Amino acid sequence: MKISITGDKVFKSTTILFAFFVFALVFLMAYEMVRGSELSLKQFGWKFLTGTVWDPVADEYGALPFIFGTLASSLLALVIALPLSIGVAVFLSELAPRWLERPVSFLVELLAAIPSIVYGLWGIFVLVPWLRNTVEPDLIKSFGYLPLFKGVPYGFGMLAAGIILAIMILPIISSISRDVLQAIPKSQREAALALGATKWETTKIVLGDGKSGLLGATLLGLGRAVGETMAVTMVIGNRSEISASLLDPGHSMASVIANEFAEATTDMYTSSLIEIALILFALTIILNVIARLIVWSMTKKFKTT
Amino acid sequence: MKNRDFKKHHWRKSINTIMTSLSILSVLIAVIPLFLIFFYTLAQGISALNIDFFLHMPKPVGENGGGMANALMGTAILIGLGCLFGLPISIFAGIYLAEYGNNAFGQTVRFFTDVLSGIPSIVVGVVAYILVVVPMKQFSALAGGVALGILMIPTATRTTEEMIKLVPHSYREAALAIGIPQWKATLRIILPTALKGITTGVLLAIARAAGETAPLLFTALGNRFWSTDIGHPMASLTVFIYDYAKAPFDDWNRQAWGAAFVLIVLIFIVNITFRFVTRGRYGDHQN
Repeated sequence: MKISITGDKVFKSTTILFAFFVFALVFLMAYEMVRGSELSLKQFGWKFLTGTVWDPVADEYGALPFIFGTLASSLLALVIALPLSIGVAVFLSELAPRWLERPVSFLVELLAAIPSIVYGLWGIFVLVPWLRNTVEPDLIKSFGYLPLFKGVPYGFGMLAAGIILAIMILPIISSISRDVLQAIPKSQREAALALGATKWETTKIVLGDGKSGLLGATLLGLGRAVGETMAVTMVIGNRSEISASLLDPGHSMASVIANEFAEATTDMYTSSLIEIALILFALTIILNVIARLIVWSMTKKFKTT
Repeated sequence: MKNRDFKKHHWRKSINTIMTSLSILSVLIAVIPLFLIFFYTLAQGISALNIDFFLHMPKPVGENGGGMANALMGTAILIGLGCLFGLPISIFAGIYLAEYGNNAFGQTVRFFTDVLSGIPSIVVGVVAYILVVVPMKQFSALAGGVALGILMIPTATRTTEEMIKLVPHSYREAALAIGIPQWKATLRIILPTALKGITTGVLLAIARAAGETAPLLFTALGNRFWSTDIGHPMASLTVFIYDYAKAPFDDWNRQAWGAAFVLIVLIFIVNITFRFVTRGRYGDHQN
């Protein structure tokens, strides 16, 4: 009898050890990156975040153009993807009959399974030429007086990155939004319908109930967009400039790492790139933690009531 | 008065119709890129595929033809290494979460797997670079394997947990009732029962890792030659696509599409299998 109890203890401790490793891994990553970026942290301090010069030859590094590019492309993606995702989520949770819901959500999820590199390939050979030859000339012709649409139709640039990112984050926002909406009790809908509300009026109430959860889903989508690398690198144009125009090439934190890390020659260069990875890490962790907490508390609230 | 009520009713109904149509429209817009990308890749990729493509090595720069045999082999080795690092951690952590994880620590670990899944793969690549490439003073397949292993952990851990939880309680009770210690019941009864589900979950994690490019760029790097040495740079399907997509040769672009097609087909097969195997069980469990 005694032996079996020891066995249980050993087995349980082993599983705890591995579970703890998963937990510790996040801290290990943070620690390693802080250590790796020590050189540039010391040299540039907070100025690293506001510096606009990125000059490996002079060994001077400032990350602002990349931070700007990441935020701009991600927000653009959000502007495109959010309304569509909410529409998809409403369809899946409120409108679609069950036989249709399953295959449609599967198709949307399949979109998330396509690797970033394939999106990038499609971006280079299909999306970018289309933007360059069709969309951007028209945009310039009709809205060229706005700073947002000033410039030359390169194809490669913020707009292309925003569109690709929008396609890529749509599945995650819509599937989590769907889960959020489905977690809202049926009684809410029944009450509204019983009072004579139309389907849309009912949906409005459900959306209101799920507001915080939808915010969480949005933040998760934003987190995904911020860290997306290959597709963005292949279409954003890779020029470290801050421009107000959507048509101009830009750069992002992830894409500068992807482009330059393997070729970084000096220690300061590598260290600066690691610091960019650290910023990216911190940004995505913050977005994810806030988003997960919101989504968790939201679904829990409705589960217990 | 009555007329106004009627008008208002009409107005509300029209709004309802408009919003419903908008919702359906957004589904259509959302799904269009899936078909566009899939069929475009199919159309472009299929012409690049032939026996040479799978069995031959890349030709020197400027020559047409050749294949990606080294990249296929490289991806297989990298994934193997990833499994070696990632799966033991994921499976044991998943067992912990399912069997003992109903407490604050379990909740925390679950939360951290979610957070881990949100960390960009390029950041994981940087960490693998610091942990493996720097001490070894060389780009290597080993470093790429570590990166892929870390990336597999969230999916593999959570599916292992889910699948173990799906095993009926009566199995465990029956095992315990005849005096089998709990750990043996877990390893010999529960795990084999959940094995089918866990395997497909692991395949899903593998499929995702197979499509990763960013973490390989400065760990496994890439290699135009045949190599099975995990201490040295190694080719992979995804880095192959990246290099060939950027190249100014039509034939290389064509081969990039071919490789993308192979990748997409592999990933879709795994995803559809996962859907099929877990259909009903997994879905109903969630609802």
